[in-house]
Amino acid sequence: MKPTSTEELAEAIAEAAASGRRLEIAGGGTKARIGAPREVEWVHMTAFAGVIDYDPAELVLTAGAGTPLAEIEALVASKNQMLAFEPHGAAGSTIGGAVAAGVSGSRRVSRGAARDHLLGFKAVSGRGEAFVGGAKVVKNVTGYDLPKLAAGSWGRLFAMTEVTLKVLPRPPEQVTLAAQTRDAAGAVALMAKALGSQAEVAAAGSVDGVTALRLEGFGPSVAARRALLEAMAPMRPLSQDEAEAFWSGLKQPLPDAPVLWRLSLPASRAAEVVVKRLGPSRMDWGGARLWLACEDAQKVRAAAEAAGGHAMLVRAPEAMRRTVAALHPQPEPVMALERRIRLAFDPAGVFETGRFPDAD
Amino acid sequence: MLKMPPVDGRVLARRAEIARALAAIVPDGVIADKDALRVYESDGLTAYRQPPMLAVLPRTTQEVSQILAWCHREGVKVVPRGSGTSLSGGALPLEDAVLLGMARFNRVLEIDYADRVAVVQPGVTNLAVTQAVEAEDFYYAPDPSSQIACSIGGNVAENSGGVHCLKYGLTTNNVLGVEMVLMDGQVVRLGGRTLDAQGLDLLGVVVGSEGLLGVVTEVTVRILRKPETARAVLIGFPSVEEAGRTVAEVIAAGIIPAGMEMMDKPAIHAAEAFVGAGYPLDVEALLIVELDGPGAECDHLIGEVEAIGRRNGSTTCRVSGSEAERLAFWAGRKAAFPAVGRISPDYYCMDGTIPRRRLPEVLQRMEALSATHGLKVANVFHAGDGNLHPLILYDANKDGELQRAEAFGADILRLCVEVGGVLTGEHGVGVEKRDLMPAMFSETDLKHQQRVKCAFDPELLLNPGKVFPVLHRCAELGRMHVHGGKTAFPELPRF
Repeated sequence: MKPTSTEELAEAIAEAAASGRRLEIAGGGTKARIGAPREVEWVHMTAFAGVIDYDPAELVLTAGAGTPLAEIEALVASKNQMLAFEPHGAAGSTIGGAVAAGVSGSRRVSRGAARDHLLGFKAVSGRGEAFVGGAKVVKNVTGYDLPKLAAGSWGRLFAMTEVTLKVLPRPPEQVTLAAQTRDAAGAVALMAKALGSQAEVAAAGSVDGVTALRLEGFGPSVAARRALLEAMAPMRPLSQDEAEAFWSGLKQPLPDAPVLWRLSLPASRAAEVVVKRLGPSRMDWGGARLWLACEDAQKVRAAAEAAGGHAMLVRAPEAMRRTVAALHPQPEPVMALERRIRLAFDPAGVFETGRFPDAD
Repeated sequence: MLKMPPVDGRVLARRAEIARALAAIVPDGVIADKDALRVYESDGLTAYRQPPMLAVLPRTTQEVSQILAWCHREGVKVVPRGSGTSLSGGALPLEDAVLLGMARFNRVLEIDYADRVAVVQPGVTNLAVTQAVEAEDFYYAPDPSSQIACSIGGNVAENSGGVHCLKYGLTTNNVLGVEMVLMDGQVVRLGGRTLDAQGLDLLGVVVGSEGLLGVVTEVTVRILRKPETARAVLIGFPSVEEAGRTVAEVIAAGIIPAGMEMMDKPAIHAAEAFVGAGYPLDVEALLIVELDGPGAECDHLIGEVEAIGRRNGSTTCRVSGSEAERLAFWAGRKAAFPAVGRISPDYYCMDGTIPRRRLPEVLQRMEALSATHGLKVANVFHAGDGNLHPLILYDANKDGELQRAEAFGADILRLCVEVGGVLTGEHGVGVEKRDLMPAMFSETDLKHQQRVKCAFDPELLLNPGKVFPVLHRCAELGRMHVHGGKTAFPELPRF
């Protein structure tokens, strides 16, 4: 179904709750193959489209959740601004989908994730009731911070109809410096040194022995900080094309691998996962995000846990997705707590589609 | 008058027994003496006072867990407290509740410069985190003005801000994980040293939950490398409008200063009389703009900011020439509250946020309200992010002035909401703004928030009477209107 108003959406959800049907909220539907295969009825949110309010000097943008991400990116770029968390996705991705999936790019390490930039939202909960969370100003502590729950909720609590995001000025200059690093440990060490320096590194990633550090800002500032980095190790600046290829490669990494994991780790522990040689890998966020191609779920999850992190399955054939949970299993009390939160917003389980089962 | 939850006479009657049970858990940590308990009777919102039934000061997570489990079993309410600096009454005790003081959790547990995190106990002060890492040239970014006293645990509860949060974020953007005890005594870890949450971002909703969801016993925060230089510019304007336009143009020029503060004339004069920061006294509005980063960046941006100020009619402009001078510029601003305290017997600090473009209109209407209520107001303002701190001047010894100050404050906050803003930008709802919540949220909105509370503390024993104007029982909130008399998903387990 494709509701065109909040009332219609609320009615559809209430009706589904009463009749025992399950609904899956979809923006562009570009991430449908994440999670377990399931038979569900789709609620397409694309009618909730369009920018509702955008005043660049306020650093705030409000848009329908179904607004194409590309449209928003183009609009803020035209005002020399940006969504600093670097949301991204396949063609057709929506802003609501990117936020609900908690999509953040390489700049997350310096400027925060989707969670840090979602200021407010309007939504319909599993109770079929329209409500708001957060607000439309950059600084607010009134009531619970429900936007944090919304970002990364994968539509399991409520269907967002409108989002309010913080926007920031687009840095006028950008340069990426690259160093050759011998191994994963060397890459992590260089990135830690750079991220802990006064160079204010915006992004730090490593691919096949090339470790790249991105600087952003005003011209004189970038020049001064570049000198700091060049004093750390031999580095060369990447051309604009090279830099673009490097960073976009970290958005859609290892495209030929049939199975792909996204590990979230303490950055200093990334190398110990890489040296297990479970498969080809890519490091982002100074090592705090590790993309890993490996078909052995148990080994990946064990390695992530041993290093103090967790692993999400983001790409796999249907047969594997049937048996391996996409989200890393959590320890009980936390899982029980999460379950109670889901029931608070969705007591009838309208959004419990089986896509993200609680345990393996 | 503020209405708190009804006092449970049965609990009060068991006071001695409860004290013994708590002493069995923390032998040297129970305060039952009525005079000693007066220390805890209020927090930073001193208009409200109520000594707790008992206070307990645990040292370990296990003790916190045992205390909460015991109180949970026995139906005894608990009010957690950090350093007691809340400006919204978040730590206001209840007559029939145990006050759980976290001051003994005062150790820095671990500092990891490679991952740039510090693990600290919640009673560590905000400033002590920075002091623990400054030898290596690192710092903890959120810096509420009370940072010498306020605790990290309290910062987590209130999602505290500070003058640098426009660029560096609030507490929520700088905390990576917590260990927390739920009201039933269960210990959970949310977040950790990773950047992404494992499932739902429960940490995100715990930060800023004002002590209603659990008691935090350990906090992992991000630490940052200190910028190479920081310099401040002091710019005076003949009107608030011109200062406001300057703020908007600075941001439109792509500059996010480390701090951007505005003060109006009454606040400038009070601060200057108090600390002698060298503020110009012949201006209507003063901006303090701080730029940080490499020296080259500061020099470049200071030039830009000065030029924007001049274009908008600034009459004075001074750039800090030394670290001492930069700190002096800030000393006036950071002492603005006590400075106002010198010119008025009492003051009442408000904390609304507005869309910045509405500032001139809001200040004008505030002046009108000031006349209506017959009370003066001084304004300090986190200008970059639209967070207003009107200070209402009154004298509590004069009959009815406190009530008038509160009525004036409520009018200001309603005005903030009316122009598209919020009741509180950084001080929290607590008891102070609790009854104003319906100005910003519908009954349905509030019920969705309260059900989060129910997921953590279904018996509503932790810090009751705060944040929510009406305390619905969780069973009542859980009800679902069922269409057509059918029960949905009979096979689903219910919790």
